[in-house]
Amino acid sequence: MKVLEALLSIFINPQFYKIALTASTPLIFASLGGVFSEITGVTNIALEGIMLLGAFTSIVFTFYTGSAWFGILMAVLVGIGFSWLHAWASIKWLGNQIVVGTALILIAQGITGFLMKPIFGRPGQTDFIGRINDISIPGLRNVPFLGEAIGEINPLVIIAFVSVFVSWFIIYKTTLGLRMRSVGENPEAADTLGINVYKIRYFGVLMSGVLASLGGAFLSVGETGNFKELMSGGRGFIALAAMILGNWNPIGAMLASLLFGASEAYANLLQSSKLIEVPASVKPLFNMVPFIVTLIVISGFIGKTRPPAADGVPYEKAE
Amino acid sequence: MRVSALPRFWAFIVPIVSVVVALLIASVIIIMIGKSPIEAYTILLKGAFGSSSAIANTIVKTTPLILTGLAVGFGFRAGVFNIGAEGQMVMGALMATLVAINLGSVPPFIAITITLLVGMLAGAGWAAIAGYLKAKTGAHEVVTTIMLNWIATYLSSYMVQVPLAVGSGTPKSPEIAPSTKLPELLTVGAINMNAGIIVSIIAAILLYIILEKTTMGYEVKAAGFNPYAAEYGGISLSKNITMSMAISGALAGLAGAIELTGVHYRFLGTLSGGKGFDGISIALIGQNNPIGIIFAALLMGALRTGSNEMQFAGIPKHIVMIIQGIVIFLVAADRIVRTSMIIMDKKERIAQETKRFVKRAVILSIIIIVSMFLSKEGLWSFLGKFGYYVGKVFWVIELVSLLSLMIVVALYIISAVISLGMVYSRRKKVKS
Repeated sequence: MKVLEALLSIFINPQFYKIALTASTPLIFASLGGVFSEITGVTNIALEGIMLLGAFTSIVFTFYTGSAWFGILMAVLVGIGFSWLHAWASIKWLGNQIVVGTALILIAQGITGFLMKPIFGRPGQTDFIGRINDISIPGLRNVPFLGEAIGEINPLVIIAFVSVFVSWFIIYKTTLGLRMRSVGENPEAADTLGINVYKIRYFGVLMSGVLASLGGAFLSVGETGNFKELMSGGRGFIALAAMILGNWNPIGAMLASLLFGASEAYANLLQSSKLIEVPASVKPLFNMVPFIVTLIVISGFIGKTRPPAADGVPYEKAE
Repeated sequence: MRVSALPRFWAFIVPIVSVVVALLIASVIIIMIGKSPIEAYTILLKGAFGSSSAIANTIVKTTPLILTGLAVGFGFRAGVFNIGAEGQMVMGALMATLVAINLGSVPPFIAITITLLVGMLAGAGWAAIAGYLKAKTGAHEVVTTIMLNWIATYLSSYMVQVPLAVGSGTPKSPEIAPSTKLPELLTVGAINMNAGIIVSIIAAILLYIILEKTTMGYEVKAAGFNPYAAEYGGISLSKNITMSMAISGALAGLAGAIELTGVHYRFLGTLSGGKGFDGISIALIGQNNPIGIIFAALLMGALRTGSNEMQFAGIPKHIVMIIQGIVIFLVAADRIVRTSMIIMDKKERIAQETKRFVKRAVILSIIIIVSMFLSKEGLWSFLGKFGYYVGKVFWVIELVSLLSLMIVVALYIISAVISLGMVYSRRKKVKS
């Protein structure tokens, strides 16, 4: 009975909702990035690498200038540059998008690891550099349950939710969005109608760079205030799974990200639960939870979702 | 899509050019942190081949890389991207450990065979999960194998911390039974060169025969080349995907088992250390050909061994990851390399291309010299702190144009050699 009590008590703990939001935010950003890229027909497996580079860049520039917001700005610029490499190789040169993405992940892991010593003096992880402070929401702070859960919130979390709705609006309510979707479904037809397939695809991939590096920046300057080697820790791939589960729709991707974030938060809280003793050695088993959830979800629900028809297929203009 | 007239030729040239370009780009990165690339690469070469113990070490490092390269390469041939060789290797080693610590009373030959087979089965089973899910529900193998990698990593770190743990300090399993240890071919200094390399090479040759000479290999290749046509031709796709993933995983599992029985002798939780990912670059450099993969693995093994020495000279060994990443990038987008190569088979082409080459080289050299002067320390000091950054910008311009110059020269030389070779072989054909 005690186990059940421990399992259930987490849901009435406001901390659970706070941690779940924090854990979901990078996934929301990155899965939105995935939506932007894949809806135009370019598979972007490099999200993991862009996130890592975003986390690193934002910390580096926070370290040099002292301003975390400037760090985020630079992270976005570097994210655009890095995803441009993906766009260039896979749109212009028709490279295998998945392999190119893997290469970019390796390059990002290599560069961030390589520069640790020259910039921070030691490999592995940095000291606390600086972070973006939480803001408290005046009306909510004193409300009993909500106040503890979302009374104090990181501005980036709010930006994440705002960008979900902005993305939804862009994709489903504007001409640009219609063009993006048509390029992702049938590039030949879109081309015949005078849409520049390449430009639209470049836009999609660069947007994914912006969003994924914001997600990465949240990991470092939004959450911990420092950088650790390989700190993205597979979140780019979980974000891809969230995008698939969310049926390539920004709002669906957000809901899926919340589910994955909640499972991470749940595992975290269960480890520190006071009702049941969890020995430290069992910790690795709890760390497995988000990955197992992702695996089950992605293989169980996939039949019900449908990717854009031209997703991952390079487009070559007929001569 | 245009089909190249010379597929075999490009299959050979693209990886070589990619490696050269990657090494050049990496050398600029090394300059950026204030080290000499020539010195760095000398250390790397010495570290990999400089002494007999270095060579033995390189071969030991190459052994699992051949197998992970084969694993990924076989997957590519069959049309699946097995990015999870890492996890399959860990699972192979873990299961092999569970068996090997209990095989004390079994004679060595049988004990080793059982251990390696268990490793292969475990890897195959772990990979088959991803294959089965892809076949049944369409879940993309890249996402599922990555998830399986993380699960394997956490599972194994749990296994060495709790059920298998012995001693204190670093978590580790008990040592495997002596009868399951791979025999040593020779011992150089502290390095034992185990018989694993023979197993790896046999695996490569077997895989070559399976792929090129058997019906099964033909089906696998057909399904990978054009799944729809293959299905129309009566090949069961879902069976093929699961089986291909299983074979790929078996190779990775074997790599894990060999690392266990030939190098570490105990399970350390995280023994893979990026070898699964190395397999991707190895497969691409070796163009998914088992024999090419042996040589690509040797290259990567040498880079890995040599980079340890570089680490002592103050150059982080992450440089190898960057080199690998650039190689994979260029091989995947091989048209970048193909279009930058010029075949100078006619007299007019030679003159034209050489003129263009000289023009580019001169312009780049001028930029380098000018920016070298402009980036001198103290030149912009009248601008204060801002001047420091101006100097840095010119320094970066200098390095980037130096890099472009090196790449232009390298491409010209390689193109010239290829062109000469083509002209020569054509003459020979005309004569005969």
